[in-house]
Amino acid sequence: MVSLTRRRFGQFGLAAAATLAAPAYIRRSIAAGDVRMLTWKGMGSDFPDAVEKFRAETGIGVVHDYFTSELEMLTKLRTNPGAYDVALVNFVFVDQAAKQKLIEPLDVSKLTQFQYLQPKLRDSKYTKNGDTYWGVAWTWGSTGIISNTTKIKPTPDSIQALWDPAHAGRVTFRDDPVEAVSWAAIATGQDMNFPADLKLVKEKLLALKPQIQTFWKSSGECEQMFAAETVDISPMWSGSAGRMRKRDIPVDYFAPKEGGIGWFDTLAVAAGTSNQEGALKFIDYLQSPEFFIGWDERGGAPAPANLETQKQLPDDSFNKTVLGDPKHFESLIFMEDLGDEKRQEYLDLWEDVKATFG
Amino acid sequence: MTGAIVENRQSADRASAWRGYALVSPAYLWLLLAVFLPLSAMVYFSFLSSNVFDSGSAQFTLGNYLSFIRRPVYPILLWRSVLLGIIVTALCCFIGLFAGLALARALPGRARALVFMLILLPFWTSGLVRVFSWVVVLRTGGVLDSFVNWLVPGAGPTGILYTYTAIVIGLVHAYLPYMIITCYLSALAIDDSILDAARSLGATWPRVFRRVVLPLMLPGLGVGAVLTFVPVVGSFMEPRLLGGRSGTVFGTIIEDQFTAVFNWPLGAALSFIMLAVVLVIMAISAPLLRDRREMLK
Repeated sequence: MVSLTRRRFGQFGLAAAATLAAPAYIRRSIAAGDVRMLTWKGMGSDFPDAVEKFRAETGIGVVHDYFTSELEMLTKLRTNPGAYDVALVNFVFVDQAAKQKLIEPLDVSKLTQFQYLQPKLRDSKYTKNGDTYWGVAWTWGSTGIISNTTKIKPTPDSIQALWDPAHAGRVTFRDDPVEAVSWAAIATGQDMNFPADLKLVKEKLLALKPQIQTFWKSSGECEQMFAAETVDISPMWSGSAGRMRKRDIPVDYFAPKEGGIGWFDTLAVAAGTSNQEGALKFIDYLQSPEFFIGWDERGGAPAPANLETQKQLPDDSFNKTVLGDPKHFESLIFMEDLGDEKRQEYLDLWEDVKATFG
Repeated sequence: MTGAIVENRQSADRASAWRGYALVSPAYLWLLLAVFLPLSAMVYFSFLSSNVFDSGSAQFTLGNYLSFIRRPVYPILLWRSVLLGIIVTALCCFIGLFAGLALARALPGRARALVFMLILLPFWTSGLVRVFSWVVVLRTGGVLDSFVNWLVPGAGPTGILYTYTAIVIGLVHAYLPYMIITCYLSALAIDDSILDAARSLGATWPRVFRRVVLPLMLPGLGVGAVLTFVPVVGSFMEPRLLGGRSGTVFGTIIEDQFTAVFNWPLGAALSFIMLAVVLVIMAISAPLLRDRREMLK
């Protein structure tokens, strides 16, 4: 039996205090000049080798803290001012973060890789306000269509393939109100984010009834269906499509000619940082080909916003063969922040549609 | 003298009453913390105009409850969920009744322990794992399909995954153990001499079953039915993963409010409407069970 000696109790107390006071632990690293990064877990930058390499090059260490949703990211920045130096901010949230003074304007002259970034992302309305940059485009991806290459030949190029009677009962669809409305809007030639004619959108979605076999929520569910060949075609995220190809599931991935859905993540300097120099150095390092190609080879990397990196990717990389095609990038339409009311409206519409499928 | 005894007894009663309170208080405290507090937080949420987490401007409103009437899709889907609950509960009652009887009265001790174990085994795995194993069994090209085609060559694809039947199978499998256990306990309590008496008075076995066994098992069936019906009406995982496009039920709609649009107030209000409907259904069916039991007396 373990007896609770005073020393043991002291250790326990220390451990408990450390758990409760995580920001204190993060604050302690300021003295060492470390960079404190707020990001998704497993988003490349926390890979131990990558952190070590950065330390070897610059003498600066990196401490990571994580969020599990974009709203949590904003909350952490809001409630712990000065606790972070770099934050990964999805493009939709850059403007909001800037307005709430959660991130600082960027001194882009310090970023050596900045000139190589895809201009459409780098200078987009999401990241640049007047002459001020608030976020540096880092990675991007798309939502397109995957189709089974042995069952559907040739691979289609249009969104209408989802409505093609030849694939009746062989379609799966993401159970997500915003994405459902987006695809139907694209398929009816409307603005993806704010379609003017929602009745038309609803009709288009109702027409999916004979097509759909089932819905999916996590990309893993969808991968299973394709691996077991219970479905032949579905909307899908580029990252998951790349992973499926790596697993030798016979699928092609394409952005429909009518338009695919695009997203990108940016790196931003957190407001109240005491280590701006280190922050910018780390951002520059994450943009560099040497870091990004290592990430791509390990797997799980979205496409790089850095066009130089893009060129240097290995020839068999999904990010080069499929997403590297400039036509793919050109066809993308980027999401907007819809606001709660629109989201609810789209959910109501989507529920009405799904209820008739039963 | 007698007064002193009465007084003694009274104080002893009081002491034992206090001891009783002391003994049950942890349970009630736990119920208060684990059930009442979260539930009242949800009641509070359900009357707010917007999510308290993202804006401080939430106001009192009945709108969330009224939307149940305003949007026809909600009553339609609630009815679908209740129907699903009735079908699954009926099937569980039927299977559980005979399984419980067989377990209690037909199996010798050793075999009974083994079968009991087999019934409880699925309980020790996560619900999600159970659902996904049904996916593997029911899909075209899956275990069931392969078996049927091995038995009857050329039978063609027989996958029933992504159908209403698949939802019912998954839910019956998930909740049947409750029903078997409650029925088993009821069956165990039936006195052999009652059955002997019925037989010696000339009742046939079917008649014994109908007039003696069934009424005596009603409490077990009743408890099992409650334990099955309530969660099935609120289920969302099994319909979503097994039901394909017919998997939209009231439970998935509530889930959407919480996860897709973060509309906690509406999600909470819809949950309480479901709770109210379930309680009404149980209140209606409770006398049904009681009357049948009195029939025996």
